[in-house]
Amino acid sequence: MAGHVFHPGHQELHGITVVLETRGPRTYVGRFDSQDERGVHMHDVGVYDDAAAGASKDEFLRRCDKFGIRPEHRDLLVPAADVSSIHRLVDVLR
Amino acid sequence: MPYNPTLVAPMREEMTRMGARQLTTVSEVDAALGDQKGSMLVFVNSVCGCAAGNARPAMRLALQHGVQPQQIVTVFAGQDLDAVSRARQYFSDYQPSSPSIALLRDGEVVHFVHRHQIEGQSPQAIAADLTAAFDRHFAATV
Repeated sequence: MAGHVFHPGHQELHGITVVLETRGPRTYVGRFDSQDERGVHMHDVGVYDDAAAGASKDEFLRRCDKFGIRPEHRDLLVPAADVSSIHRLVDVLR
Repeated sequence: MPYNPTLVAPMREEMTRMGARQLTTVSEVDAALGDQKGSMLVFVNSVCGCAAGNARPAMRLALQHGVQPQQIVTVFAGQDLDAVSRARQYFSDYQPSSPSIALLRDGEVVHFVHRHQIEGQSPQAIAADLTAAFDRHFAATV
């Protein structure tokens, strides 16, 4: 891990479904794989875009909880500079 | 590419020991889920240690509950690809994930447990959710 993980401890999220907030309008929901100097690697990722019309983010997340995540990206790398926060989906919904 | 059958054999056996019937072909899935009557639990099994490692013990706990589904069937994601794909057509309102658990009553999904609701949860917590759903949806059909 040394030198490769921006936020030590996040690797424990491997395999866990997370909500990744970016510094922009997009929020990603999907399975956390790993985090390295390039950013966060995720799988089966759904996307919420604040800039797009439609449901609120809360509604989007609750729909993900009930019906599952409709993946728009099988594999996604969110650049490190874009990452604002990462939380487990189940924790966000509490 | 499917997983090595030798690798998944113990995970299959863990389910069949609980009384789950394995569905490994499309025709077996259709026979079980087509025109389904009464109460049924469909367990989408997985090799994933992050989630399935707790899901199977949770199933074992839940199936000791007083109220249970009349039928318990299982398909294996990443192994029986066609059977899993067909099974998911019977709960197509729900996005695929594995492991996952669908509770059906007369062909309708009445409760669904996604992978993300299993990850990081103890077997006891997962079982508690399941048994509450058994009580809520199946009590009258047992």
